[in-house]
Amino acid sequence: MQKDKNLVLRVEDIHKSYGTEKILKGISFEIKKGETKVIIGPSGSGKSTLLRCINQLTIPDKGRVWLEDEEVTHDKKDINRFRQKMGMVFQDFNLFDHLTALKNVKIGLLKVKKMNKKEAKERAMEELKRVGLEKQANLYPAQLSGGQKQRVSIARALAMDPKVMLFDEPTSALDPELIGEVLEVIKKLALSGMTMVVVTHEMGFARSVANEVIFIEGGKIIDQGTPYKIFTNPDHERTRQFLRKITELYGKSEE
Amino acid sequence: MNENLALIYQSLPYLLKGCTITIGLVGGALGLGFVIGIPMAVGQVYGSKYVSGLISLYVWFFRGLPVLVLLFLFYFGLFSLLGLNLSAFTSAILVLGLRSAAYQSQIFRGSIQSLGEGQMLAARSLGMKKSEAILYIILPQALRISIPGWSNEYAILLKDSAITYAIGVMEILTRANFIATRTYKPMPIFLTCAVIFIILTYGGVKILDLLENKVRIPGYGERRSEI
Repeated sequence: MQKDKNLVLRVEDIHKSYGTEKILKGISFEIKKGETKVIIGPSGSGKSTLLRCINQLTIPDKGRVWLEDEEVTHDKKDINRFRQKMGMVFQDFNLFDHLTALKNVKIGLLKVKKMNKKEAKERAMEELKRVGLEKQANLYPAQLSGGQKQRVSIARALAMDPKVMLFDEPTSALDPELIGEVLEVIKKLALSGMTMVVVTHEMGFARSVANEVIFIEGGKIIDQGTPYKIFTNPDHERTRQFLRKITELYGKSEE
Repeated sequence: MNENLALIYQSLPYLLKGCTITIGLVGGALGLGFVIGIPMAVGQVYGSKYVSGLISLYVWFFRGLPVLVLLFLFYFGLFSLLGLNLSAFTSAILVLGLRSAAYQSQIFRGSIQSLGEGQMLAARSLGMKKSEAILYIILPQALRISIPGWSNEYAILLKDSAITYAIGVMEILTRANFIATRTYKPMPIFLTCAVIFIILTYGGVKILDLLENKVRIPGYGERRSEI
């Protein structure tokens, strides 16, 4: 289906309604290997639904998704294979509460990848180290701070060797002083060449990390372009308004 | 020696034998209820409309009738109608177990539904099948939460087991009644019977308390002294 070998993810004309309410009205974008796309937009604009339509946690009414040269939306039975390759990080972490940090990272390796125990443990420790939490390996989620929980959840997703990482407002549920440590981890990940789609309100992060910023409102892409373009000279007045409001709210963050 | 005490002393081995029958009955019924109750709870939460409707019907039936009516209905009615030649003991395990399944399924269902939706989402996002997510993520958490409710079910079932007296299961009460009618001394015998039941109830609840503490997830649900 695709010619461009560097294409990791392609989303084509995604529609989704709940009842009579149309959440997504035809969203398409592509993302190349190593790119970071940041999706911004007011709440209720369908950003989270869009991410969930990508890994089919929500089944879109219409539209297709490709991961590399395979169609994700092609066959429902195959979806578990694709989901492994699309790491997802949730706003409220969703760590498995009955498992230690280490076991949270390990469980996908053991039960989905069917790795043996020793290998899985080593790999999980490696990922915890990558997010700076090897010392917390044996603590349970309830014993971790919000920032630590989110870093464990990032490690859990990374352990599966995803082709693309989907971040759904990864810092929105965090205390302000804990946001930095999580953004730091995500930034490092971007620099290491991970392909990522990030839904966020952190404009400083968008500015410094994104290859492209997509502004969504009312289930449609209103504006998209480089951070420079979006933040200085967006095509639409609405984008400018939104950014002004966000900046008022969060203050002008790091450049 | 006081003659009442002598009577209790003499009857004790006979009553304790009934005690093992009661324990077998309650253990069997709880076990059967557990084995059926778990898939019922899972089916009710994650199953199709029809599956969950069917389970609701089952629960409605077994919760809607007095246990004695169920016992008579199955032991004298259904089981003989089906040509099953079951002993009173086996019948009692089946009836109490099927009934307990209805109650246990609702304990487990409540626990499953009290977990956030995010647990399932996170599990599925890792590529787990729904069944794997239920087995490895949902049930281990839901079962922990269920222990207090389950402990209640144990206590209720234990006491309900005495009603199998009515179909002649040789449990504690049936035996106590035998002795009482033979000796015309109901008081000491039924008191002994009561003490045995109290010990069994609190012993079992205590064991489940210990289990609850043992499997508690660190940082969660620790007992609070304030408020």
